[in-house]
Amino acid sequence: MKAVFAKGLLNALVSILGASVIIFVISRLSGDPVALMLPMDAPQSAINALRQELGLDRPIWEQFLLFLWKAVHGDFGQSYRWQMPALALVLERLPATMFLATAAFAFSLALALPLGVLSAVYRGSWVDQIGRVIAMLGQAVPSFWVGLILILVFAVTLQWLPAFGADGVRHVILPAIALGWYPVAAQTRIIRSGMLEVLDSDYIRMGRSVGTPERLLIWKYAFRNALLPLVTIMGVYFASMLSGAFVVETVFAWPGLGRTVVEAVFARDYPVVQAGVLITSILFVLSNLLVDLSYSIIDPRIRP
Amino acid sequence: MTAAPLLQVENLQMHLHLRRGVVKAVDGVSFHVHEGETLGIVGESGSGKTMTCLSILRLLPIHGDGRLEGSVKLDGDDLLQLTEEEMASRVRGPKVAMISQDPMTSLNPVFTVGDQVSGPFRYHKLVRTVREAMSAATAGLRRVRIPSPERRLKNYPHQFSGGMRQRVVTAMAIACSPRLLIADEPTTALDVTIQVQIMSLLRSIQRDSKLGIILITHDLSIVAGLCHRIAVMYAGRIIETGKVRDIYRNPQHPYTQALLEAIPHLGQKRKRLAAIPGQPPNLMDLPTGCRFAPRCPKRMAVCDDYPPATELGDGHVVNCWLAAKQ
Repeated sequence: MKAVFAKGLLNALVSILGASVIIFVISRLSGDPVALMLPMDAPQSAINALRQELGLDRPIWEQFLLFLWKAVHGDFGQSYRWQMPALALVLERLPATMFLATAAFAFSLALALPLGVLSAVYRGSWVDQIGRVIAMLGQAVPSFWVGLILILVFAVTLQWLPAFGADGVRHVILPAIALGWYPVAAQTRIIRSGMLEVLDSDYIRMGRSVGTPERLLIWKYAFRNALLPLVTIMGVYFASMLSGAFVVETVFAWPGLGRTVVEAVFARDYPVVQAGVLITSILFVLSNLLVDLSYSIIDPRIRP
Repeated sequence: MTAAPLLQVENLQMHLHLRRGVVKAVDGVSFHVHEGETLGIVGESGSGKTMTCLSILRLLPIHGDGRLEGSVKLDGDDLLQLTEEEMASRVRGPKVAMISQDPMTSLNPVFTVGDQVSGPFRYHKLVRTVREAMSAATAGLRRVRIPSPERRLKNYPHQFSGGMRQRVVTAMAIACSPRLLIADEPTTALDVTIQVQIMSLLRSIQRDSKLGIILITHDLSIVAGLCHRIAVMYAGRIIETGKVRDIYRNPQHPYTQALLEAIPHLGQKRKRLAAIPGQPPNLMDLPTGCRFAPRCPKRMAVCDDYPPATELGDGHVVNCWLAAKQ
């Protein structure tokens, strides 16, 4: 277990370093932030002074090493726009996004797991058909539209749930559905095909031949095997919830990281963009690491 | 063996309806097995041996629509008339169980051996607590001679060798002391030395519990050592059946003769291996007459009609016009 963890951690560090290079370079391709921070008619001397103050006059590799050195110490610099430390800003907005992404992920699994299993067990029946329609709808319809319709129906017309803000569980329901519906189709398909394969296996037939009740056979003995392929890509799905949160956060005025980073991109607020994207990529890598670990818990064959 | 047989199969059919057509995998098979007796079912791949046995347990393939006809009387019940619920709760496990071909894939890879072996005891309410279930599982593993069973309960299937896994599967199958055990090529995937061990294990279990065994195989040398009677299957039907001695010494059906010819013998040097020319017929499109006729060296005009069963005495029955005419 330790070896798996150490190897995963090493891989994670390499991935994060790579991500930081890409973030650093790409954010600088968007143009000069000084042009946005000063008035249009600012004199060249003022521009130069500000560039010097922000360290933008130094060679790019020097800027990168400095960024890296400071980042390791938790210093991503001051936000050009919000006038506060970039990391503090990002960490302040992060919990809301994590909460939303976790709720959306939980919603997608709560829908996909039973749908996938039932549509495999009753393949070709109406359960299978309805499951397919529900799953495909989430994939076919963009999440902002789902969000708007949910607001219209459940917040405006029925007035069951709030339309915006982030104040507890009631507020997260609609955005979580809007965000979590998209991956349901893919997850259902993975579970369904996994179950179909497992239900046809020798060991399920063996279990049946000694009188194992059908309920246990499906939900215990087959399900855990069918879960393996889904677990493998769960990290990617969770990460896509984090990054996909931007659109939904905008629709529901959810005060999360996604919205903050996009605003920072428009303002060429490098420190915030770098801190936000790097924190997201660290989360991405960590969730994959977590998946690797949980995989070895579910499947005894890959335990060291 | 004059008592009523343990298992009486009459005119069993299993037709698998697929989109492409109907596969007549089992097409009117009748046989019986007595208490403490071993019946060997032999035939080449695709002859319907495995499907016959799965049909007895009513475990049909999940793809396609399998339809069963005929009757399967086991210990007073007609299995084809029971509900699925009754099959699971009082037939599979306590009355009949099976060991399948490949021990490497017969055990669930993500559950411990203890969980799997104790399963049958739990499902059939032979134990009440987890502790009782585990001690029953330990006893089960000891019965199939797995060393240090208490410790092995916590292991996963991949930590066992092929032969040991087949023992675990056997322990699962005989957990509830079934009356009939179906062994579907239990040794095909194993080394020869392990084969002998598994076979002698089956024999000793049979001696202890008067178990009826159906042994499916294409290995005629195994049949000779373990079985009392043989049924030879070809294209979904039994074409010859009788005591092992009669079948070996006096095979009547040209197919049985060819099967026996095909066994290589030690000491016969530089002789080509005898083979049966041609292919078995397509089970979706069977000839109306004798199904072996297209490959038969002794084919006659009358073979276009299906040959009647001819009784040659002492349970030796053959479906061939050659025997019918004598």
